[in-house]
Amino acid sequence: MTLAPASGFAASANPPPPRRLDAALLLGLLAFLILPWHRIEGGFFGFRWLAGFPSDPDTAPGLLQILLHGRIWLLAPLLALAAAAWARFALKDPDARGRAWVRLGALGLALLTIQGFLIGFMGWSWLWLDGLFGELSQGQPAMGAGAVTAGAAFLLIFSFGLADRGVLRGDAFVISSIAFLAALVAIFVFYPVTRMLVGAFQDFDGSFTTAGFTRNMASSSIWSLGCVIGETRCGVAWRTLWLALMTATGATTLGLCFALLATRTRFPFKKGLRLLTILPIITPPFVVGLALVLLFGRSGVITQGLSSLFGVEPGRWLYGLTGVWIAQVLSFTPVAFLILIGVVEGVSPSMEEASQTLRADRWRTFAQVSLPLMKPGLANAFLISFIESMADFGNPLVLGGSHGVLSTEIFFAVVGASTDPSRAAVLAIILLGFTLTAFMAQRLWLGKKNFATVSGKGDPGQHAALPEGVRRLVYAVTIPWLLFTVTVYAMIFAGGFVKTWGLDHSLTFGHYLRAFGVSWGDQGILWTGVAWNSFWTTMKIALIAAPLTAAVGMLTAWLIVRQNFVGRGLFEFALMMSFAIPGTVIGVSYVMAFNMPPLEMTGSALILVMCFVFRNMPVGVRGGVAAMSQIDKSLDEASLTLRADSARTLRRVALPLLRPAITAALVYAFVRAITSISAVIFLVSAQYNMATAYIVGLVENGEYGVAIAYSSALIVVMAAIISGFQLLVGERRLRRENRVAATSADGKGAAA
Amino acid sequence: MNAVPQEKRDDKRGSVSFEEVTKSFGAFTAIPGLSLEIAPGTLVTLLGPSGCGKTTTLRMLAGLEHPTKGRIRIGGKDVTALPANARDVSMVFQSYALFPHMTSLENVAYGLRSSGIKAKEARERAEEGLKLVGLGGMGARLPAELSGGQQQRVAVARALVLEPQVLLLDEPLSNLDARLRRRVRTEIREIQQRLGFTAVYVTHDQDEALAVSDQIIVMKEGRIAQQGTPRELYESPASAFIADFMGEANVVPCAVEEIAGGTAQMRIEGLVRRLPAPAGLKPGAAQLAIRPNAIALSPSAPEHAAFPGRIESAAYLGDHVEYEVATSAGRLFAVDSQTDSPLAPGEAVAVDLRPRGVALIPG
Ligand SMILES: Nc1ncnc2c1ncn2[C@@H]1O[C@H](COP(=O)(O)OP(=O)(O)O)[C@@H](O)[C@H]1O
Ligand SMILES: [Mg+2]
Repeated sequence: MTLAPASGFAASANPPPPRRLDAALLLGLLAFLILPWHRIEGGFFGFRWLAGFPSDPDTAPGLLQILLHGRIWLLAPLLALAAAAWARFALKDPDARGRAWVRLGALGLALLTIQGFLIGFMGWSWLWLDGLFGELSQGQPAMGAGAVTAGAAFLLIFSFGLADRGVLRGDAFVISSIAFLAALVAIFVFYPVTRMLVGAFQDFDGSFTTAGFTRNMASSSIWSLGCVIGETRCGVAWRTLWLALMTATGATTLGLCFALLATRTRFPFKKGLRLLTILPIITPPFVVGLALVLLFGRSGVITQGLSSLFGVEPGRWLYGLTGVWIAQVLSFTPVAFLILIGVVEGVSPSMEEASQTLRADRWRTFAQVSLPLMKPGLANAFLISFIESMADFGNPLVLGGSHGVLSTEIFFAVVGASTDPSRAAVLAIILLGFTLTAFMAQRLWLGKKNFATVSGKGDPGQHAALPEGVRRLVYAVTIPWLLFTVTVYAMIFAGGFVKTWGLDHSLTFGHYLRAFGVSWGDQGILWTGVAWNSFWTTMKIALIAAPLTAAVGMLTAWLIVRQNFVGRGLFEFALMMSFAIPGTVIGVSYVMAFNMPPLEMTGSALILVMCFVFRNMPVGVRGGVAAMSQIDKSLDEASLTLRADSARTLRRVALPLLRPAITAALVYAFVRAITSISAVIFLVSAQYNMATAYIVGLVENGEYGVAIAYSSALIVVMAAIISGFQLLVGERRLRRENRVAATSADGKGAAA
Repeated sequence: MNAVPQEKRDDKRGSVSFEEVTKSFGAFTAIPGLSLEIAPGTLVTLLGPSGCGKTTTLRMLAGLEHPTKGRIRIGGKDVTALPANARDVSMVFQSYALFPHMTSLENVAYGLRSSGIKAKEARERAEEGLKLVGLGGMGARLPAELSGGQQQRVAVARALVLEPQVLLLDEPLSNLDARLRRRVRTEIREIQQRLGFTAVYVTHDQDEALAVSDQIIVMKEGRIAQQGTPRELYESPASAFIADFMGEANVVPCAVEEIAGGTAQMRIEGLVRRLPAPAGLKPGAAQLAIRPNAIALSPSAPEHAAFPGRIESAAYLGDHVEYEVATSAGRLFAVDSQTDSPLAPGEAVAVDLRPRGVALIPG
């Protein structure tokens, strides 16, 4: 911005339109004139489409689609763009221009969306439109690079219009960021879920019907209470609920015991306990189930041992809710532990000391002071384990047998022998209902009751020791369970080296060779192992998804904490809520939403990446929000008053201070992309197969050896990656602490 | 955003004006219709009790908050819609807000770099800025490696190197200990007078305001209670609130008997005086603000122009004695610098008023 010459009139005249306006218009032109409008069958980045470009009806840009191929409906958004260009040059008053751009941007987006939904492959998407407007001679494929770019251009036009009108202090960067994030969340969270809800009311041909919904909703296989009366099995909804309640109870109890063990006793291996917390993050969810099969399955080590020693008949007890329950408690206890250790440590020692000086003995102190202060934490751990159990897909798949839970039933309703999209949708709605209820309970009820938090001020004093009885109980519960966990993990690592569990216990490298075999051929290294394909795909997709997740997460966190925009609370709530959507539901809804125009992505790497970004982003956001809240807002404001715009402020002030949170988000996103299965299993394709989906395939074929070998290799890789990152971050923090002494990043520095 | 070129100082440069500025946070109106003018090159303090809207006013001037209604001008130019980074002001934050991950030199150079100045020049000017506040050679230190006073000066240097039309300071001394406070406030005033920029200074401490300001604006509940030079505010407060806020005062009812030629004759108990008449004073009931040291107590029987009282309590404080005196006009707080023969509680005294430190308040 250069200053106008010092004439009295120039100062009051309208400033020239900012250059960003032209950039938005250019992007619009690019979308309509240059990029192929529709989705390219072979993939955009194959660039094979350049051959028929631009006249070919499959690859033509928007303008040519209108002129040459009779897709005149594209004229509507094009006109909105043209009108925006006119407003840019004709309207001098920023306010009037801003108003025009807001309207035109919104209009363009609406037109783009509407034409996409109304006109599919074969013409009108709904029959009644034929009657209304007459039959269309042709339809259109899904949106491609041109259409998506046009959408982005309209979003920018909308945002820049708001900026011209002075919304959010006229900060175009902030407004566009919010607009794009909102659009992405709408497309990748709300649209699929809505589509799935709608799917419950659709026939196979897409027409509206309530038959499927009512039939499934009322189905006794879902809601039957037969087990209470004692004749048959209960419905899958009740079974899932029951399982989740049991798992949450088990995991919370054990988590509390471990937390007490780690903080209130002289247990010698406390460091090792912390290790326990990393395990669930790096263990693919079904691996515990797999290990249980190798231990307690019909041909499991222990089963066989008992049978040969005592003649105990090998049973199938493991395959059912009991087995799933054990696997889930094993898997989620560390999660509960992680939550509860913070809570147990957070109970201020001075409270306990105060209680003791008031003549309370240790038992009374524990029961009347410590435990009540931990209550919100316990409820939190319970709800989180509940949600995790509901969403768990891997363990029920491996161990559930015929006693399915909701998540596996959904899977079989989509891919099984009797596909029933309506049933899948109904089951998904029920599952979503359960988890969202738990999530709401956690947010609304616990949000305000967090009185056991660490104050940040050094709290002198010592935690009271546990009463003798409680201490014994804690040891009695945790030590066997610890041994059990160690056995299970030992099984996972040993499993890959044994020929056939239960039958032939000779040691072998065969499984590893089959999975990760390498040989040298004429063209160099040949990756002959069966696992390589999915392994590299997984790494590649995780590597793409992780930085995207972290970037989107940090940007969102910054916006939520630092910018005061309309609907901020709703935005944050919606994001966090998406965390409570079980992966299976996401998977089903992505399949339903993205396998036909206007957005078609199934079978691509993109859908996997997007799925990971939006499933794992909430954790990054939460970490970012926590970190950002500790950084004094005046640092941002100081930067603004020092002539830096908000983008520069974000880059130079916020991000450097957030580095630990960013690293954490990166690691989390990377690891989750590797270990998750529930959503992935719906989205993988022959071309893009992921490690977890491949392993589940191996399990289904009974190739336990290779499956467990592949799993343990994954765990080792991830452990290596995590410790690598931890070293990196740890070092950086040290250096910063060395230089900054005791700065708490609150802008004051330490008053030396 | 470019730095504003060093044009010739026109007479508007550095002036600030608020025109009917209103600021609401949701349903709560923090500033209801504030109008004020600040002359170029002056140091003006916004003074008032906590929560009266000083910070909000300053932040609106900085562009960190935007008025709900009204206009703000800086140097004659309407900046109401301009974001903070496009305004020619800079701010010293109460918490200093030094970037903890940058050295003090980097902190000072930050604004210059944001303004598009080349790294080398920014560095040189930042070094000059540090020298200006007496921190030459400390450029490589991180904020945490500086004492509180030094951090404060880095914050001032960081704001000053941008050569803003107006420098904003929000309670800049509140994180310093009492002794440092006195020194730093003198330094700030010195630099301001040397460089001649306009400064708006927020504080809740009336001593600080009296010491540094050309003009003081006392705020109460988002409105201006009184504006004037330190002397005007101290010697002729417009209300009991001002009288009490600008140093302690006994505010007692009195009667105005007649007004003529800028002075008024007032009566309190048996005592009659002619005092300067403030604007808006009418005959009848009024109030009298009496500074504690304007009360003369004598153990003798009441003379011509004094009224009787009785000592309730006395506290010896080294260089002065504080008394609570019960009189028929009410309870008075008095300070006597005569410490040799203090009066004893219960003693009957004659209460007289000295000529200075007494002011009439309308209403
Ligand atoms: N962002 C905000 N939201 C709501 N109320 C605010 C906000 N900022 C300030 N206020 C209110 O406005 C009033 C003035 O605040 P402030 O300007 O900070 O006072 P002070 O004179 O102490 O600096 C206070 O009552 C405060 O609670
Ligand atoms: Mg304040």
